[in-house]
Amino acid sequence: MTPNTTTADPLRKAASGIAGLDEITFGGLPAGRPTLIAGAAGCGKTLFALTFLVKGATAYDEPGVFMSFEERADDLIDNVSSLGYDLPGLIADKKLVIDYVRVERSEIEQSGEYDLEGLFVRLGHAIDKIGAKRVVLDTLEALFSGLGDGPVLRSELRRLFQWLKDRGVTAVITAERGPEGQLTRHGLEEYVSDCVIALDNRVDEQITTRRLRVMKYRGSAHGTNEYPFLIDKGGISVLPVTSAGLSHSISDEVVSSGVAGIDAMLGVGGFYRGSSVLLSGPSGTGKTTFGSHFVNAACLAGNRAIYFSFEESPEQIVRNMRSVGLNLDSHVTAGLLRFESSRPSLFGLEMHLVLMIRQIDQFDPAVVVIDPISAFRGSESEIHATLLRLVDYLKVKGITVVFNNLVNGDQDDRNEQSLSSLMDVWVGLHDLEANGERNRGLFVLKARGMSHSNQIREYRLGSDGVTLIEPYIGPHGVLTGSARIVQEAQEEAATLERRDEVNRRKREFTEKKSAAERQIAETREALQREEAELLALETVDERKEQILTASRSAAATRRGATA
Amino acid sequence: MSRPGDSETAEAKHVLRLYVTGSTQRSTRAITNLRRVLESELPDSYDLEIVDVYEHPEAASEHQIIAAPTLIKLQPEPVQRIIGDLSDTERVLRGLGLPAKGGGDGST
Repeated sequence: MTPNTTTADPLRKAASGIAGLDEITFGGLPAGRPTLIAGAAGCGKTLFALTFLVKGATAYDEPGVFMSFEERADDLIDNVSSLGYDLPGLIADKKLVIDYVRVERSEIEQSGEYDLEGLFVRLGHAIDKIGAKRVVLDTLEALFSGLGDGPVLRSELRRLFQWLKDRGVTAVITAERGPEGQLTRHGLEEYVSDCVIALDNRVDEQITTRRLRVMKYRGSAHGTNEYPFLIDKGGISVLPVTSAGLSHSISDEVVSSGVAGIDAMLGVGGFYRGSSVLLSGPSGTGKTTFGSHFVNAACLAGNRAIYFSFEESPEQIVRNMRSVGLNLDSHVTAGLLRFESSRPSLFGLEMHLVLMIRQIDQFDPAVVVIDPISAFRGSESEIHATLLRLVDYLKVKGITVVFNNLVNGDQDDRNEQSLSSLMDVWVGLHDLEANGERNRGLFVLKARGMSHSNQIREYRLGSDGVTLIEPYIGPHGVLTGSARIVQEAQEEAATLERRDEVNRRKREFTEKKSAAERQIAETREALQREEAELLALETVDERKEQILTASRSAAATRRGATA
Repeated sequence: MSRPGDSETAEAKHVLRLYVTGSTQRSTRAITNLRRVLESELPDSYDLEIVDVYEHPEAASEHQIIAAPTLIKLQPEPVQRIIGDLSDTERVLRGLGLPAKGGGDGST
């Protein structure tokens, strides 16, 4: 009878099939042992327990028995049919037995000793009927109200938990949370020592978030944080979106920003795949347009994209983007683009994260836009932590993400500074106000792992989307709008003038050069003539010399003969 | 609820079912205690069926049995359940809707 350590394998686990819970518990609930799920009314205890059975029956071939002390079988069936749980089908297939246990205090008179053997017989019979491996008791506490909290009930409950262990079924027992910090109203946790999970439903700034915490798990490691969970038409999902660390593989693949001008400013011609991009700017700088360009480019390349919008409805974005020449409709129709719009105040930050990750899991996009992150409510540290987890998650999946962030144009937002460490590329959009005009300028604040332009580039939002204009950077900084146009005209005039001057000089030089050349030629001719004359003179002279010599020798000969 | 002609006979006759678990001491005691009360208080005007839930486990769910032993008074209405080995006669009588014996301690 006393709980002992004879359970076969302390590490054997039964997957709950609840998304996320099995991650937190590293495999599921302790197999063959009871688990207590405690929480206040409306926390989703029953749904948790039922999901555990339905998944067991459908995904793990482990039939289950649901012993309900609160809801009738019909009510249970109705309540979960909206979640897509076909309980009647499972019952017909002998995968599930629902036994509704009615405990009506007013009907019960107690006379002498009793035990709960009736309950044991029912449970045993139900288990045997379908070969159940899983059992849910929801919630046993109804027995306390029906039978009174006495020593008989206590000892019978102890016997029940031991009996469940002996039967080797994986059991989930639900319990109401007790007052003043007590885990359960009737101290059921004292009987269940293997695994205790607490559910919570907290309202914070009028936003409700359901949370789950594994309080105890004997013989196993488990995540100790409070994790948000969600109940919606997809059932229950717990979001253990833990920081994945920095061990993700990286990619050299490049993803286009969708705006040719920005691609050109980045050394590799776009963003690296899996990088996180921050696009910050004051209102009216076209953040949504840039985001739309980004998803548009991805879809044109045949990739899937999700656009998370927290300020505009999908229809509105599609309509507005049509005016800048982006036909997002066709991508939606082609099944490549999905919009997810929700008001940021609808859920807490955690829940938004959960929802986004679920959508991403389902749709498996190549790129994601979140527009804007400034819409999220919460403390800076909370937003930072949430985004960190999202960024890590996307990096692991190799998804490129653009975060739009609305900033106050006048001041440096401290929030932005803390965001920066999360971002691989940061593109700033600015209003450039001068000479009674407001123009838009864009620059790359940072781009990890690539060279990038340091210029502030003016851009225009026109009927053909975003166009970057060749920059004018003069002695007084960047000029934009009409100032740029004026300056450019002046520049052009000056250039023309300079060009004329050069041409004139060129002509002059050419003339001077040809004059000089002519002179050189004339001189050379004169010299040649002189040389020729000299040569002629020389020849005459030589001949005279020869004649003289010859006449001199003839005279000598004549003189010798006489001597 | 009950048809006019039936009312008197229905009121007169007690329809009872006792759910026990095999032949444990507690079950045997419950049967003995119940028989004694019925013979002295309702001689010949009761209809008792004893069900062993070990042999008919489906009956346990069907009739919402949790505790053992459980005595259910089906007639006359309202339906009442008495759990335990029925050793406390006062409570058995109250459960059956019969007048308590003046100053009785239930040991007769």
